[in-house]
Amino acid sequence: MYKYFLRLLASVLLLLGFSINAHAEFKVGFVYVGPTGDHGWTYQHDEGRKAVEAAGIKTTYVESVPEGADAERVIRQLAQSGHDLIFTTSFGYMDPTNKVAKDFPNVKFEHATGYKREHSNVSTYSARFYEGRTLLGHMAGKMTKTNVIGYIASFPIPEVIRGINAMTLAAQKVNPNIKTKIVWVFTWYDPGKESEAAQALIDQGADIIMQHTDSTAPVQVAEKAGVWSFGQASDMQRFAPKSILTSIIDDWAPYYVERSIAARDGTWKQQDTWHGLKEGMVAMAPYNSAMGSGLVKEVEKLQKDLASGKAHSFTGPIYDQQGNLLVAEGKVADDGMLAGMSVYVKGVEGDIPK
Amino acid sequence: MIKIERRDETSNLIYFLTPVLAIFLTLVTGAIIFYLLGFKPLEALKFFFITPISDLYGLSELLVKATPLCLIAIGLSFCFKSNNWNIGAEGQLTFGGIVGGGVALLFYNHEGFYVLPLIILAGAIGGMIFAMIPAILKIYFNTNEILVSLMLVYVSKLLLDYLVVGPWSNPEGFNFPETRQFSESARLPILFEGLRIHAGIFIALFSVFLAWVILFKTYLGFQIKVSGLSLKTAKYAGFKGKTMILLVFMVSGACAGLAGVGEITGPIGQLHRMISPEYGFTAIIVAFLGRLNPIGIVFASLIVALTYLGAETAQIFLQVPKYTGQVFQGMILFFLLASDFLLFFRIKFLGLKKYEY
Repeated sequence: MYKYFLRLLASVLLLLGFSINAHAEFKVGFVYVGPTGDHGWTYQHDEGRKAVEAAGIKTTYVESVPEGADAERVIRQLAQSGHDLIFTTSFGYMDPTNKVAKDFPNVKFEHATGYKREHSNVSTYSARFYEGRTLLGHMAGKMTKTNVIGYIASFPIPEVIRGINAMTLAAQKVNPNIKTKIVWVFTWYDPGKESEAAQALIDQGADIIMQHTDSTAPVQVAEKAGVWSFGQASDMQRFAPKSILTSIIDDWAPYYVERSIAARDGTWKQQDTWHGLKEGMVAMAPYNSAMGSGLVKEVEKLQKDLASGKAHSFTGPIYDQQGNLLVAEGKVADDGMLAGMSVYVKGVEGDIPK
Repeated sequence: MIKIERRDETSNLIYFLTPVLAIFLTLVTGAIIFYLLGFKPLEALKFFFITPISDLYGLSELLVKATPLCLIAIGLSFCFKSNNWNIGAEGQLTFGGIVGGGVALLFYNHEGFYVLPLIILAGAIGGMIFAMIPAILKIYFNTNEILVSLMLVYVSKLLLDYLVVGPWSNPEGFNFPETRQFSESARLPILFEGLRIHAGIFIALFSVFLAWVILFKTYLGFQIKVSGLSLKTAKYAGFKGKTMILLVFMVSGACAGLAGVGEITGPIGQLHRMISPEYGFTAIIVAFLGRLNPIGIVFASLIVALTYLGAETAQIFLQVPKYTGQVFQGMILFFLLASDFLLFFRIKFLGLKKYEY
């Protein structure tokens, strides 16, 4: 008994010692909006975290942090408990991240997909997912028989509209007759809603299903209905092996490793990062051989050209739905225009919800 | 044969001690679970229940988290005590938030002492009106209030979705589903610089006091109590059942509405889709854990709030899965209900031969 208490006392003391010394070691914290799971947005961020860990840097994560009042506390706790760099991986963490950053000038913060950098220790980063959408559009335009492309969209933010437009433009280039039909589900993750949306689009004649949502429901519905589909955020091939032509993969690992090392070595600087195929933040899962080797080669070439800058997702002439010229012939849309994109291009059906 | 029979008498002291017992059993079981998951049980429990409140910031966060839970649970206790099963506090909270947030946006960039009280009042009224729907349907059409109030949760959440995506979205916010940040005059004052604890706690404490007075010192409180114990007796005594149903729902809705408006004018500062991490449902646990007693609810809300904070710290320090927090909440309720059962009933082990029924 006596021994037991001594041991207990010793472990408590050790524990206290540990928490005091916690500051000595360089640590990186991650805040996730969902569970780490086995696919999708948060899963990919966690893969990035594992890469940082593999590079010999200690990491911590907190999953399923609601984007409400709780986010600020979690971010602050990470900062307080000796984390030197903190990645907040959802748009809804924008204000809490900036708020905590103000109180911890020595801690570095990286906020994904946001636009506020109110303090010098806050960076933002996002990926040019639209480049991947261009590739999907090319495949969709070639593969569709009904000339109707179904698109499950989450929220009418520039990011999502940019994806719809990039896809539509690329599809039109190879097949001028295509129409893009959209269902807005107003969620990032809701298997029920997403599968209903996929079914509705298939019922309206779509033989290609594309999603800007996180669950595997749409590709599974597509598999069942025997139409083509594309995976989102991570390789979803195993959920619909016949139907999926490829998946757009968010690969945060190189960025997370680079920034973590920079923060550790003291070379970290505030920046606004927007990486794409070139840097590898956007990657493509293996192409389904069902689309034929000719098309695969075409897409691989386009992928190379987009990465090298020889091709651009938004090359003029681009018209909006009413036929107004958005980008003149021979010009490409600049980043400012892309960042604030809020109108559909010609060929997209319906209105942006307001 | 095993026979279950009602006990003739139950001790009042034990009735109020069983929540403590439930918490104790939860801790023990929690330690076992931690052990099975491969964590050091004592260390895990320390990170879960002590570390989160070991500094001022943590204590303030505990109160920030407990405030809406306490408010909603106080309101719910009126309903539950009188046998009205309002499960839709989450919806009433959301609707209160919508109405209060609407007023806050209406007064965007207005200065004036009247702005905040107006918003709070609007939130309370919003929640109240939303809670009257299941009450009125129950009174006049004999509908099941559990179902109606629960389904209205989705109605209010979808309405909030619509508003923050569409008409109320921030004009400078690139169509992201959120409103503008409210102006300073629309925010609950922060009590201490650097902490998040806000004046909403006074609203909660005042409600606790008011609830105590109403429940224990007024005729209405007596009516509620009698109806809860026996509806037939209440009818026999000539209590106006319909008015009371409406009244308890109104109180409950107003409290939930206040909680909603407290969140958006307190720590959040704007309307978006996630104004509540299901406080309205968690508050049901709080209400029962607190024995539907105002003082009990204060303690219960603190304990349940602590399970949230604990789940976060345990994850940060030990990478314990975050869902252990929910496991703890579930265990507390389970042990409470189980010990209640044993409190009110006794299990008799009868020999097979003695079985005479």
